[in-house]
Amino acid sequence: MSGIWIAVLATAAGCYLLKLAGLTVPERLLGNPRVKRFAELVPVALLAALVAVQATSKGSALVLDPARLAGLAAAVLALLLRAPFLVVIVAAAGTAAALRLLGIA
Amino acid sequence: MTDYAQCDEDCPAQPAHHPADQPAASRLSAGAARPVRDGILLGLAVGVSGLAFGAAAVGAGLSAWQACALSLLAYTGASQFALAGAIAGGGSLLAGTAGAIMLGSRNALYSLRLADLLQVHGLRRFATAQGVTDESAAIALAQPDHAAARTGFRATFASLYLTWNAATLIGAVGAGRLGSPQSFGLDVIGPAAFLALIWPRLQAGRTERAVAAGGAAIALAATPLLPAGAPVILAAFAALAGALARRPSSDGRSA
Repeated sequence: MSGIWIAVLATAAGCYLLKLAGLTVPERLLGNPRVKRFAELVPVALLAALVAVQATSKGSALVLDPARLAGLAAAVLALLLRAPFLVVIVAAAGTAAALRLLGIA
Repeated sequence: MTDYAQCDEDCPAQPAHHPADQPAASRLSAGAARPVRDGILLGLAVGVSGLAFGAAAVGAGLSAWQACALSLLAYTGASQFALAGAIAGGGSLLAGTAGAIMLGSRNALYSLRLADLLQVHGLRRFATAQGVTDESAAIALAQPDHAAARTGFRATFASLYLTWNAATLIGAVGAGRLGSPQSFGLDVIGPAAFLALIWPRLQAGRTERAVAAGGAAIALAATPLLPAGAPVILAAFAALAGALARRPSSDGRSA
C-alpha cells in the first residue's frame, strides 16, 4: 500500500474516532472551559498556518509566487463582498489561472 | 465539515429545551418540516464545495479513488483539504496526517454536545458519529426538542453526505482531465478554502484574530527549519496561548 493510502486511511480513522469520542466519553472529561476554548481555537491557528504556508512555500523553501498571492487576494475580496464558498474558490483559482495564462505571473 | 456554514452567525449556541411552550399541532407541522428542509438545503449548499475538494486533491497528486475515500471515510472538510495540501507540498506524510487529524478535534466537541441532545445509544452511536459536522451540529442545536434535533441531524447528514461525496467524485474526475493543475489555479484552491473556512472565526473576536496571526507567524518562521507539515502542527501553540491568555469567551459558543 502506498504512503498516500496509509495517510488517507489514518486521517479517516482519526477523524472518525474524534467524532465518536465525544458521543462516548463522559462530558466532564472535556468539560473544562479552557480545554473547550483550546479545541475551539486549534482550527483557527492551524487553518491560518495552512493559508500562510501554502501561499508562500514550496517544500521547506519560502517562495514568492505572484499568481498564488493574487489568487488569495481575489479570495479576500470575494469574502469581503460576502460571496458564497464556491465563488470564493473560483475567484481565487480563476485569478491565478488567468495571470499564468497571460504570462504575467 | 466546514466552518463556512452559516453556523457561526445563525446557529444558537444552546438548544432551547422548551417544547411545552408550543402547542402540539404547530410542533408537529412546523416542527417537523423545518429541520428537514433546513438540513437538506444546508447539506446541498455546503456539499457542492466537494467539487473544490475533489479538484484540489487530484491537483495535489491524490488519485480520484483516494479523494473519494477521504470524503466517504474522513468526511471532515478542513482535514481533507489539509491532507491534500500536505501531499501537494511534498512534506512528511506523518506530519500531514497529524495536522489533518488535529483539525478534526472540533468535531469531538460537537459530538459531546450532541450526545445529550440526540440521545443515541448502542450501535446507533457508530453511525451517528460519522455524521457529526459543523453543519449537522448547527441544525441539531437550533431545534427546540430532542425529536426535532434528531430529525434535523439526520436530514443534514444524509443531504450533506450524498452531496459532498458526489461533488468530490465529479471534481476529482473533472480535474484529472484538465491537465496541468497549476495552469488552472488548482494550487490556490486549498489556501482559498482555508481562508473561507476561517473567515467567520476571524470576525468572532480579537482572540481569534490574534491566534490566527500567531499561528501563521509560527508556521512561517518554522518552514525553513522543519520538514514540511510540521510547522502547521507547531501553530497549535498559538491556540494554547489563546486558550490560556483569556477567560473563556463570552460569545455564547462555549456552552
